[in-house]
Amino acid sequence: MNAPQQGFKERADAELKNAVLKIAIDRTTGNAERKRAVAVAAFPEFQAARARGRAIKDHVIAHLDHYLEMFERNATAAGATVHWASDDAEARAIITRICLEADAKLVTRAKSMLGEEIGLPHALADAGIERVETDLAEHIIQLAGERPSHIVWPAMHRTREQVAILFKEAHHPPPAADDPATMVQSARRELRAKFLGADVGISGANFLVADTGATCTVTNEGNAELTTTPPRIHIVTAGIEKLVPSTAHAFALLRLLVRSATGGEMTQYTTFHCGPKRPGDADGPEEMHIVLVDNGRTRMLADEFRPMLRCIRCGACMNHCVVYRQIGGHAYGGTYPGPMGAVLTPVLDGLAQSRDLPHACTMNGRCAEVCPVEIPLPTLLRAWRTRSWRERLEPRSVRAALGLWAMVARRPWLYRLGSRIGVRALRLFGRRGWIGSLPLAGGWTAYRDLPRPSGRTFMEQYRAGQAGWAGQTGREARK
Amino acid sequence: MPAKPNPRVGLFVTCLVDAIRPGIGFAAIQLLEEAGCRVEVPQAQTCCGQPALNSGDDKDAADLARRTIAAFEGHDYVVLPSGSCAGTMVHAYPELLAGDPEWAARARDFAARTHEITSFLVDVMGYRPQGRRLDATATYHDSCAGLRELGIAAQPRALLASVEGLEMRGLEGNDVCCGFGGTFCVKYSSISNAIVTEKAEAVERTGADLLLSGDLGCLMNMAGKLHRRGAKTRCFHTIEVVAGRAGGPAIGEEG
Repeated sequence: MNAPQQGFKERADAELKNAVLKIAIDRTTGNAERKRAVAVAAFPEFQAARARGRAIKDHVIAHLDHYLEMFERNATAAGATVHWASDDAEARAIITRICLEADAKLVTRAKSMLGEEIGLPHALADAGIERVETDLAEHIIQLAGERPSHIVWPAMHRTREQVAILFKEAHHPPPAADDPATMVQSARRELRAKFLGADVGISGANFLVADTGATCTVTNEGNAELTTTPPRIHIVTAGIEKLVPSTAHAFALLRLLVRSATGGEMTQYTTFHCGPKRPGDADGPEEMHIVLVDNGRTRMLADEFRPMLRCIRCGACMNHCVVYRQIGGHAYGGTYPGPMGAVLTPVLDGLAQSRDLPHACTMNGRCAEVCPVEIPLPTLLRAWRTRSWRERLEPRSVRAALGLWAMVARRPWLYRLGSRIGVRALRLFGRRGWIGSLPLAGGWTAYRDLPRPSGRTFMEQYRAGQAGWAGQTGREARK
Repeated sequence: MPAKPNPRVGLFVTCLVDAIRPGIGFAAIQLLEEAGCRVEVPQAQTCCGQPALNSGDDKDAADLARRTIAAFEGHDYVVLPSGSCAGTMVHAYPELLAGDPEWAARARDFAARTHEITSFLVDVMGYRPQGRRLDATATYHDSCAGLRELGIAAQPRALLASVEGLEMRGLEGNDVCCGFGGTFCVKYSSISNAIVTEKAEAVERTGADLLLSGDLGCLMNMAGKLHRRGAKTRCFHTIEVVAGRAGGPAIGEEG
């Protein structure tokens, strides 16, 4: 849906040269990392909560049909209309149809990554409907004509200094000062009229509660409430993996979500939306539509990527990812960046389009270590690598080199011979212990020196010394 | 788990130690012998298969796993001076061979006998070096596979604490990846460079004489970056220091 033109490496290289981006990433992810560590340390039951969170998600995933039907029944009983979309195109069609039938001119939207996933911003523009993003970061993104670079802080790639310039140009009147409080006030003023004048409000959902039919949104800005309450129609878009059996389960996951995302204990606003306005209610929408989106999720149910359906979109994996922290979110090229995005993007955009993502990972395991629902992200990334190899998507040169290496590695005598020749050949390139430039190894020597081998392999030295072995180790030890 | 007296240990040298820095292999033999092990170096060993595994080539990875398991069949323990290769053997071998009725049990048995060297020395053999002295300051980087796949953190520090005169300094981001990642560092070299640059900066800020770690791949990456930046930090594998070999040339120095 959102497939970019350039390749991953070109995008990553461009971002690596962006010094301001690096400042922005370090500020946000550094803060997130520190605050999460403090929050987890202050929550002794974190490991137990994690295990419970995982169990809740696994249970729902294993009985998805049951809970989907329960949710539909209860949401319908509460007065909402439930729609089913098997893919992004169907979801877009359903939402634009509801908007057009309501003769909507102005739509307000609360931040939802699913909306990005299904390409909702473009679809609304194509239908001639004015869209106003109400989340502060999404407001920034909209003014800049960009896409989110983080699933929790969509505008994390922009520094507050850059935002100040943007607001000065776009806000009428421009903010009086550059401090965050004044800029936030300016955005509030800018958005207030839109909140009250919107025909339709569109939100996502952090949880779909099966036994009540409610949808739950969490924010720290209160914009979701202002998006979903005043307009005549409220549309919720949600992936089917957002289901939980009951409100208590939603709170069990919320404890994990908030700590993992921002290091807070609770979000400022946690709202359960259960059906449209009822007789006697002071406010609320006249119609509530819930669009449940599959878009590859049931396919994941059946394959090795199933654990990814546990994801609660906290962003901890990207905040702790060495690659994300160098290149930011846009370089990934999909809706979802970072480790979780590298697993999901091949599902959504196809592996051929995104085979770099699972490979651009050092397999250091930090993402899995911080994941609040214990998703084995490196294992899933490796599973994509296996598929990529099987489907012959890897470059021919890589396949050939690895094939040759494996052929040699199967034959110890040949391997020994190759190593002996290799270390001697390598010595020809270096001087004084280091190799500064090496043909076919430019990826290494462009940026760092390579230690020059000592000249004889371990196996050579070991075999030579084996006759008088005790003497050899003794001598080596005294060196 | 208590060890048998004088266990028969098969040393898996690792391809990088074999080619680039044989001294780490000899340090391993020395320490294992000091700990009371009978050490053998099976000649049928080559590579653990990680390059294939990380490239998605499960077939070749499984094939190399079978060959490695066969090469170490008679040993009480298999010990490696690398958390990364050890992690592959302990976790990936049983997974790769789970569907192979002939090899699944052998892979599990092999994995149970396999240990990274610092954890083997401390946890299994209860070993501490005696009479080692090194007057230097050092900082330690936790290599990711050892740390997260095998829980190696306290053991190398315990061994280093037994070296008299060695002052350990904390490294900011000691548990953050150095950007090596096997073939990652050449496939995505510019990203790897950005990561290792931050690591080198953190190492330089400690002002330590030595940088120590437990995996030669990570060490080569960090040492190569530090040298390119003109830093004076000398890099050694943890066990070289524990074995009293830090008087010799560091990584990239000619003896």
